[in-house]
Amino acid sequence: MQIQREIMTYDVVIVGAGPAGLACAIRLKQLKPESRVCLLEKGSMVGAHILSGCVMEPAPLDELLPDWRKTPPAICVPAAKDEFVLLTKNRRIKLPTPPQMRNRGNVIISLGSLCAWLAQQAEALDVEVFPGFPAAAPLIENGKVIGVRCGDMGLNKDGTPGPNFAAGVDIHAAVTVLAEGCRGSVSKQLIHEFKLNAECSPQTYGIGFKELWQLPAGRVKPGYVQHSVGWPLDSKPYGGSFLYHLDQDRMYVGFVAGLDYEDPEFKPFEAFQQFKHHPSVKPLLEGGEIISAGSRALIEGGLQSLPKLEMPGALLVGDAAGTMNVPKIKGTHMALRSGMLAAEHLVEHGSSEGFDARWRASPSARELHKVRNIRPGFHKGLWSGLLYAALETVTLGKLPWTLKNHADWKSLNKLGERAPETEDYVTRTLPPKDRLSSVFFAATRHDEHQPAHLKVPDTNICVGRCATEYDNPCTRFCPVQVYEMVEENGVKRLQINAANCVHCKTCDIKDPYENILWTTPEGGSGPNYQNL
Amino acid sequence: MKILVGIKRVIDFSVRVQVKKDGSGVNTDGVKLSINPFDEIALEEALRIREKGMQAEVVAVSIGPAEVQQQLRTALAMGVDRAVLVETGEVLQPLMVARIFHELTKRENADLVILGKQAIDDDCNQTGQMLAALWDRPQATFASKVELKDKTLTVTREVDAGLETISVDLPAVVTTDLRLNTPRFVKMPDIMKARSKPLQTLKLDDLGVAKAPELEITNYAPPPQRVGGKKVADVPALISALKERGVL
Ligand SMILES: Cc1cc2nc3c(=O)[nH]c(=O)nc-3n(C[C@H](O)[C@H](O)[C@H](O)COP(=O)(O)OP(=O)(O)OC[C@H]3O[C@@H](n4cnc5c(N)ncnc54)[C@H](O)[C@@H]3O)c2cc1C
Ligand code: SF4
Repeated sequence: MQIQREIMTYDVVIVGAGPAGLACAIRLKQLKPESRVCLLEKGSMVGAHILSGCVMEPAPLDELLPDWRKTPPAICVPAAKDEFVLLTKNRRIKLPTPPQMRNRGNVIISLGSLCAWLAQQAEALDVEVFPGFPAAAPLIENGKVIGVRCGDMGLNKDGTPGPNFAAGVDIHAAVTVLAEGCRGSVSKQLIHEFKLNAECSPQTYGIGFKELWQLPAGRVKPGYVQHSVGWPLDSKPYGGSFLYHLDQDRMYVGFVAGLDYEDPEFKPFEAFQQFKHHPSVKPLLEGGEIISAGSRALIEGGLQSLPKLEMPGALLVGDAAGTMNVPKIKGTHMALRSGMLAAEHLVEHGSSEGFDARWRASPSARELHKVRNIRPGFHKGLWSGLLYAALETVTLGKLPWTLKNHADWKSLNKLGERAPETEDYVTRTLPPKDRLSSVFFAATRHDEHQPAHLKVPDTNICVGRCATEYDNPCTRFCPVQVYEMVEENGVKRLQINAANCVHCKTCDIKDPYENILWTTPEGGSGPNYQNL
Repeated sequence: MKILVGIKRVIDFSVRVQVKKDGSGVNTDGVKLSINPFDEIALEEALRIREKGMQAEVVAVSIGPAEVQQQLRTALAMGVDRAVLVETGEVLQPLMVARIFHELTKRENADLVILGKQAIDDDCNQTGQMLAALWDRPQATFASKVELKDKTLTVTREVDAGLETISVDLPAVVTTDLRLNTPRFVKMPDIMKARSKPLQTLKLDDLGVAKAPELEITNYAPPPQRVGGKKVADVPALISALKERGVL
């Protein structure tokens, strides 16, 4: 069947309403009010798919919207006190807070509610914001990106149009700005198509978990920020936890683990839940309840893994490119800044050309240069990492070398290749009981009539090589148990519970055969995070 | 012919509703709000009646705070001709809502009012019935099929015993059940067009509708936690367990 598609034309189409996309849209309209700007967002509303820490450096927001503090977003608590601790199974040892982790002057926010607020500002400037409309694929003509194709609605499970079928619109624009955040699906296609990563190190990622808790009165110290390393991770996988104390007896509890982990049996979700049961954490949470929870991958490659930021007709901003400052665990200020810089560039030049050089000459690039060796320093474990971090910090990033990153999908050891990590875990009592019950806190939803948006091209690998070589790690790294190996009449097969997906992108990153492809589901599908 | 459709903004069905700590209501902070699903079905049905070639104007009406305009814009994007917001900061109960709709049927000279059978927040299931009584017109509630021919509606209703088919003369009130239709998806170009469609705001106080008596809500509480079941070994154990609980 030939599908008729409508075409809508804009000056700029921006894919993704995170801080990068919103800052770009707002800046464009501030500088050139007559430009026509379209902002696409796959979540059912702006902020629904945003999950971040989030202690934010406010300077870029002060620059973009100087009055933002007068009508602050729903959660906005000034950071008061920092603590950096090392956890062992039973102890909590205070370490000196590394300078990049000091948060004086920063604010603890819900990035989701900040984005919802920014979307209102954008709409007031006549940006056309379309929540519920994912960009499914780039449109390329004669070697140039000319826009994006929005996802179709109302397809049957087998991919044929159903009774309510609505074909996705083609959006044409002079410039397409990719602001999809970490592991964007359209960005990934374009990075490949235009070989934007030909000259950089492979990208590396982490998986992040976060819960918003409502706690009994008196436990929360508003503005208190704690980061930890150590237990329940042994010294090898890179990662750690965060506790951010909010107001009104609320607290953010989160955990990040590097996706370059090697043990195929490692369960990131379980590690997070274990952390919550540390003797210094459990008493804080007991008797409280979870309001919202979810997970999202983080991009950790830094400067050496940053692809070229421009291609004909399009550019990459924020974590779609990978501008996050990993040692600080901060990407929001970088995303805002790169979105603004892109807008300034487009208004001055009218095209994407020259943006890569412009960004690399900007303060953001210098910020990443200074810390470039810290994350890869952790490749050999926690101690070497902390040492490298100290070295990089005292030398202000002037070490004459740059450490490389390695692709996460290649990092798993084969079964039996190395003794599995010894897990010294405790019995859990705090919610959620398991991964399936955590889906409930993400309020995620996908209409079951649509085709599965997770594509596994070769399922023979799952029952064959992957089962014997790695014991199907997808059944463990997915935070919401989308992947299950089931046995029916003596035959094993992979079952994909796509409806549970929270769009974290971990499977697309970590599958050891690159055999899982995350694609955009019907618009509005996915989690409905509340103040994450 | 003029069709009025009522839409209410409610907490989205995918959201896990949480009661506020002090029992004064439920938490709506950062929560997704959408058109009540039964009202979306009502909108769809009105549009289908118009699309069958009936000369009809479809008007979406919502009662609530200014932010409800967002849901009315969605209705405009789905295809209604115009929208009316009756603005109030108060949360109204069915009788007051029915009185407001009654006033609008007069002002608009409506031939048909389609409402959802209930809103998924308070689940009252009263407004349509009350409106029909105030208006003194027939009602066809829980509709799963609607056919309009010369000023007469033939409506299949979902009742406890199965299906019931009735016919009512216009003007009338219809309330929708789940199986009536599947609402269409909103299309991007239609969202653009909706921005220039008329959306009229009326202040509730200017409408001259007498305030209805209301139930006073004293407290909200979550349902008690379910205690897990217990497995027993055999029938005698079951009987003694039931006796223990005083069931037998
Ligand atoms: C657990 C965790 C903790 C963090 N802690 C902090 C912190 O404390 N401080 C800090 O500054 N930063 C923190 N970060 C990093 C920060 O969140 C990111 O750097 C930042 O969100 C990047 O912004 P972005 O706009 O590039 O992408 P995102 O915020 O990821 O936004 C991308 C948006 O695009 C949408 N989208 C994606 N693909 C499509 C598509 N194809 N079509 C339509 N829409 C699409 C997504 O739904 C999303 O809304 C943390 C991140 C995580 C995961
Ligand atoms: S299926 Fe993939 S993207 Fe979805 S939640 Fe699981 S790991 Fe994340």
